[in-house]
Amino acid sequence: MQEALNVADYVDEQKFFCPQEEDIEAELLDDDSIWSSLKGMLKKNKLAAVSLAIIIIVIFMAVFAPWVAPYDPNFQDVENLRFAAPSVQHWLGCDELGRDVFSRLIFGSRVSLVIGLVPTIIAMTIGTVMGLMAGFLGKRVDFVIMRFADIVLAFPSLLLAMVVMYTLGASLINIFIALSIVKWAGTARIVRAQTLSLKEKEFVEAARSVGVKKWTIMTRHILPNCIPNLIVLFSLNIPDSIMSESSLSFLGIGAVPPSTSWGLMVYRGKQYLFNYPWLALAPGVAILIVVLAFNFLGDGVRDALDPYLKD
Amino acid sequence: MAKYIIKRVLISIPVLIGVVFVIFFMLNVVPGDPVTLMMGEHIKPDLIEAFRERMGLDDPFIVQFFNYLKNALQGDFGMSYKLKREVSDLIFQAFPQTVKLTLSAAMVAWLIGIPSGIIAAVKQNTLIDRGFMTFSLMGVSMPVFWAGLLMQYVFAYKLGWLPVTGYKTWQSFIMPSIVLGWSSAGTIARLTRSNLLEIMKNDFIRTARAKGLRETTVVVGHALKNAMLPVVTMMAIQVSSLLGGAVMTESIFGIPGLGRVAVSAIGDRDMPLLQGTIIFTTMLIIAGNLIADLMYSVLDPRIRCE
Amino acid sequence: MSEQQNNAELLKITDLKTHFFTHKGVVPAVDGVTLEIPKRQIVGVVGESGCGKSVTAMSILQLISRPGRIVSGSIRLDGKELVGAGIDEIRELRGNKISVIFQEPMTSLNPVYTVGRQVSEAITTHQQVSKQEAKQRVIDIFKAVGIPEAEKRFKAYPHQLSGGLRQRVMIGMAMVCRPQLLIADEPTTALDVTIEAQILHLMKQLESDFGTSIMLITHNLGVVAEVCDYVYVMYAGKIMEQANIFDLFDHTGHPYTKGLLQSIPKPMAEKQRLYNIKGMVPNLLRLPKGCRFCPRCEFAMQECHEHEPELYDAGNQHLVRCFLYKNGGEPA
Ligand SMILES: Nc1ncnc2c1ncn2[C@@H]1O[C@H](COP(=O)(O)OP(=O)(O)OP(=O)(O)O)[C@@H](O)[C@H]1O
Ligand SMILES: [Mg+2]
Repeated sequence: MQEALNVADYVDEQKFFCPQEEDIEAELLDDDSIWSSLKGMLKKNKLAAVSLAIIIIVIFMAVFAPWVAPYDPNFQDVENLRFAAPSVQHWLGCDELGRDVFSRLIFGSRVSLVIGLVPTIIAMTIGTVMGLMAGFLGKRVDFVIMRFADIVLAFPSLLLAMVVMYTLGASLINIFIALSIVKWAGTARIVRAQTLSLKEKEFVEAARSVGVKKWTIMTRHILPNCIPNLIVLFSLNIPDSIMSESSLSFLGIGAVPPSTSWGLMVYRGKQYLFNYPWLALAPGVAILIVVLAFNFLGDGVRDALDPYLKD
Repeated sequence: MAKYIIKRVLISIPVLIGVVFVIFFMLNVVPGDPVTLMMGEHIKPDLIEAFRERMGLDDPFIVQFFNYLKNALQGDFGMSYKLKREVSDLIFQAFPQTVKLTLSAAMVAWLIGIPSGIIAAVKQNTLIDRGFMTFSLMGVSMPVFWAGLLMQYVFAYKLGWLPVTGYKTWQSFIMPSIVLGWSSAGTIARLTRSNLLEIMKNDFIRTARAKGLRETTVVVGHALKNAMLPVVTMMAIQVSSLLGGAVMTESIFGIPGLGRVAVSAIGDRDMPLLQGTIIFTTMLIIAGNLIADLMYSVLDPRIRCE
Repeated sequence: MSEQQNNAELLKITDLKTHFFTHKGVVPAVDGVTLEIPKRQIVGVVGESGCGKSVTAMSILQLISRPGRIVSGSIRLDGKELVGAGIDEIRELRGNKISVIFQEPMTSLNPVYTVGRQVSEAITTHQQVSKQEAKQRVIDIFKAVGIPEAEKRFKAYPHQLSGGLRQRVMIGMAMVCRPQLLIADEPTTALDVTIEAQILHLMKQLESDFGTSIMLITHNLGVVAEVCDYVYVMYAGKIMEQANIFDLFDHTGHPYTKGLLQSIPKPMAEKQRLYNIKGMVPNLLRLPKGCRFCPRCEFAMQECHEHEPELYDAGNQHLVRCFLYKNGGEPA
């Protein structure tokens, strides 16, 4: 054994001088280092840290909406409060039915956040499975899956979502379906690329050569290495979903009353824009802040995980 | 090189057919009889029958699809139910407005996105970086329709500088272009920034510095050309997102382009019109992708010389 | 002025510390290096991978980028302090008075420009010459570094050239302004043996023709023996031993240097076990207490685990960072 090793060293002089290569390889799979990169990023990147704080606050408000909101969002007082301007009692004023805009904003965040999360999770799960299969199984499976992805990606996502909503009709569930259909392909493409390059790596080849099952290789060896990419995609897909929903709502094929979303609030506020601008302004600012926060956080995450994103 | 071009063109054909199929499939499973939609409620049953037959609506789905595809390739997208006109006529009437809007918005997007991306990369992790990125990401983070409303409120209603809506004068395109362009400036800025940062890590940047070049020369002369190559590809994606955003922008600003045609087709449940505009738009995007790809290969000596 | 000319040092680095501030901690890649490069000499810097050779070299031209930074120390060129000098002053030197041949020939050239253009740039940055003249000089230097069909290669893109040719282009770029100091960071690692010999010959010629001093970084002690006048041995960011070339080979001081020397395969020797310094280069974030080499050292004593040795004088400009030499001269 000793002999054999030394002969190898003799042949490859370089080996002696480069003992650090393995160290670097090993770091790639280390979960702790992903966490510590993210934590380090939050310390350095104040903007991302503030964004995270905003997101946490918004999630908190959404979860505890009944306790946080000063009024019942559906309580109407048309006679006294119709178009009431922002005041101490009603921070963001009241709408055409005399409902408190701030309370509606808080309850609306529930729909917007759910729409940010659910389709993203569905789409990314589908996309990851498809990407893994396409990349790992190759050949015909790859061809079929990727042509489907090409087709989906050829559409402007909003138009495709519009057509799906048109076909299925406006409802919350259908928004989930529409956005999932639109979004899976992007993830699939990235995961496939990652899988293809990982497939060539020694540890995968080694696992294959000793007959480890395909499924096990995909889930145990390849998937964990896609995680940094998936984290970045996740954080950037959420704001995108929120925006898409608001556009659909604005076109009248998104969320349906009584469950209100921020997009729907802008849509309804639009009619009164010139006289009661706060009705459209408030939910728009809410979208802006939350989406911007997700974008900043996502960018920060991407910067921090950059070393892990490459193969 | 020629082989590469041919290959790229050939690959986009099945995608194009797939696009038509997906749209055709989805819009033809919509509940509601197209004939009733087209001719109104109170029509004699035998008339309907005759009409169905003439339109081929009783053929199997796949036959209908291939007929549609065949006609579409010849520029015939059928008749609008509501407007009772050739869909292709309506598309060609709307198309120039969308082109005007998209191109001017693309200019805005590039003018904001590229310089912001470069400055942000050079001043990475400073206040300047954050400032420029915030500015260009704000466009992405605002719903296009909301930004549009806001601009209308301020510049048209309050200040009276620009027309609220319209499409006849160039002034009426200012707000829509800014709103739409800004909405994709963030993506461009992001890509420019991250590419530039990536390129700046390359060994050849160190070589350029070691020659004694000024930092500006290093960035502009050595990094930028490399960093811009992927941004060119980005143009294609951008055409896509701009055309998507045009739907909203046109609705807000009353520009009778493709997007507004599509939106009103949804409202009227005018299936052939919706189908036609969306397929046409997607065809534009596929063509855009193709052109960007070819441009990339012309610009990059590594591919060009193959 | 005259005083500086008297002492024949071109470059003097004193107690240089260049650290990388990563989120995992501070990496002291160069940790107090003192090094001199006299005029008209070839000075070798050797050591295992990751010991800080390149970082030392890059510090001279301040080509260290974030998260790295020169923390302290002094670098003087002809008596002029470079640490803390303005970037414009440094830029004047780069590629002009001091040039570098980088370790990575495959990636050190910009893929979107022709090599001719990239080398001309080195001239036009520092001298007012016409495009035509610059081109001629580039072609001349290409010929000098042994690039065949130099005129044709002028218009080639990097990806059209082999690794050896790219390295020659890099060498040409470094020499084209006839620098006072040439930093060659493993200039021959990527090349095969015949070309290596040619390149080394070329560098020697440069030294004798133009009086260029050369800092030659390598981990090939064979190369060192061939061309260097004086050698520094680095380990984990510190100089472990420094000696002129004869003392280094004949009176090797430091156990680490001995290890390095023993691990050169000797072609003439009979079938032998190749010596291997046991263990690995320490992680710079977790340096051992005491001497940084002691965990791998055969001669480690109690003292080595507790205190860091200084560079002890072994006479004849031969310094060794090892307690064995504490009492000067001969090993204890
Ligand atoms: N950007 C960086 N960030 C963190 N640490 C770095 C960075 N660059 C270099 N280092 C550290 O500095 C140390 C010295 O690196 P250097 O490149 O000088 O080694 P070297 O002696 O030139 O090795 P080689 O023979 O492989 O070229 C390495 O251990 C490395 O960990
Ligand atoms: Mg090195």
